[in-house]
Amino acid sequence: MFEEFKNLWRRFYNWTVGNGPRPENEVIPPEPPPDLPFTRRLELKRSRFQERPLASRYNEWLERKSLHVFSMLYLGMSILTCLLFMALLLSTVAELPSFGDANNPVNNEVIKRYIERGGQETGAQNIVAGMILDYRAFDTFGESAVLFTAAISVLMLLGAVRRADTEEISIDLNNASDGILRRGPPSLNLKITTGFTPRIHMFRKNDAILRGVAVLSIPAIILLGLTVIINGHLSPGGGFSGGAILSVALMLCANAYGFEQVHAFFDEHVFIRFSSLALMIYAVLKGWSFFSGANHIESGIPTGTIGEILSGGLILPLNICVGLIVAGTLYGFYALFSEGEI
Amino acid sequence: MLNRLLLNHYEAAAVILSCIGLTNLLLQRNMIKKIIGLNIMDTAVYLFLAAKGYISGRTAPIYYLDANGEWVNQVQAYVNPVPAGLVLTGIVVSVSVTAFALALTLRLYEHYGTLNIDEALFLLEHKYELEYSSYNDDDELLYEFGVDNRDMIKAANEAASKSMNDKGGDEDHA
Repeated sequence: MFEEFKNLWRRFYNWTVGNGPRPENEVIPPEPPPDLPFTRRLELKRSRFQERPLASRYNEWLERKSLHVFSMLYLGMSILTCLLFMALLLSTVAELPSFGDANNPVNNEVIKRYIERGGQETGAQNIVAGMILDYRAFDTFGESAVLFTAAISVLMLLGAVRRADTEEISIDLNNASDGILRRGPPSLNLKITTGFTPRIHMFRKNDAILRGVAVLSIPAIILLGLTVIINGHLSPGGGFSGGAILSVALMLCANAYGFEQVHAFFDEHVFIRFSSLALMIYAVLKGWSFFSGANHIESGIPTGTIGEILSGGLILPLNICVGLIVAGTLYGFYALFSEGEI
Repeated sequence: MLNRLLLNHYEAAAVILSCIGLTNLLLQRNMIKKIIGLNIMDTAVYLFLAAKGYISGRTAPIYYLDANGEWVNQVQAYVNPVPAGLVLTGIVVSVSVTAFALALTLRLYEHYGTLNIDEALFLLEHKYELEYSSYNDDDELLYEFGVDNRDMIKAANEAASKSMNDKGGDEDHA
């Protein structure tokens, strides 16, 4: 009874931990050999300890147990490190100024300047947009460049290798060198994929429901994304969030109609050209703005009146550039991870 | 101290989330789960920044019109806009790093056939023994198809041992 319970518990434990065979196709291990008599075991033990020097016994112990000891040590040390880290950070948090207090040191003269003069200086109703695309536009340029670089890296890692992966071999079964005549087709053409090609087919192809939903929702999604991008200086949103919404429309199109349909208007070359063009436009526009500002030249960029759609100086074109880069990059990530090519 | 922690409970939650992410990074053996841990740490940073930017009783930093039709541009009306920009930067960098790490993980899986970092390291250490041992499955499959590849395997084994010897010789010269 107890043995059965122990066996059941061991199987349950293995199942929860995830190692060992699945319960349904588990192979019952053969019975262990019967135990040696006690005196024989004692004899073996004594001989093992007496006949061999300490160093060799230590080496044997090290070989058998070192991995186990190391993993236990690692587990303990990492738990200890995390708890220490948490205690340190929590004691720091207890010393921080109060949450939501207007007199905190973070609310300093920088914020005062951004809020009081930002309207006249940048012309944007959304102070955050005015900050990240005018005062700190160089930072946002770096962000877009980081995103573009990540997309290019993923393209290099996943895209370029895939094309050379599939090769065809043919085997002539009737001319095998052992001279045995085999039944079946005389020759065999095999298309062998030497690399691992990930393919995610979460949806059936030509799914009528998905296509119907896509027809209805893709125009709305594109409209929402364009609204968020174009109103970036007037309302919450901007290039990054609007670009993410646009990329969702592309992903839905790819899932409903297949990646081949998206390739008709958006492929690798289009992506690289558009992203590079958007980054270059961003760099030229903002470079002129920084150059003229640093040398006290009149830049000639109208800020417009707050609240109108054509206001905010360079913020609207910069938002459009960032939106293009983000939409292409996020769709590119999706396509590369699921199909292996943009 | 507990009183202060309850007062700053958003920051405390961010710190605890960050430690959960760090524990994931240290203890998980699966690369995908490690990346998930990294993302949890990122999320903790966003929560911390957003909590530091909040000022109670004020609105989002977007200019609004007062009763006289004038744009309100007093500091006392809006919360801190700088953490919003910092969180935006953080999200973009986190997305880029996650995509790059996942691509590297996919390549690792293609090469070693496992996501477990310990197994991959074991395979890396015992590369020669495993690659050039004897028959592997593909060779046996070809033999089943009727291709006599015993000579090929023998030649491959000889080439492997020769290349290993050559490598040793190079090291001696160096």
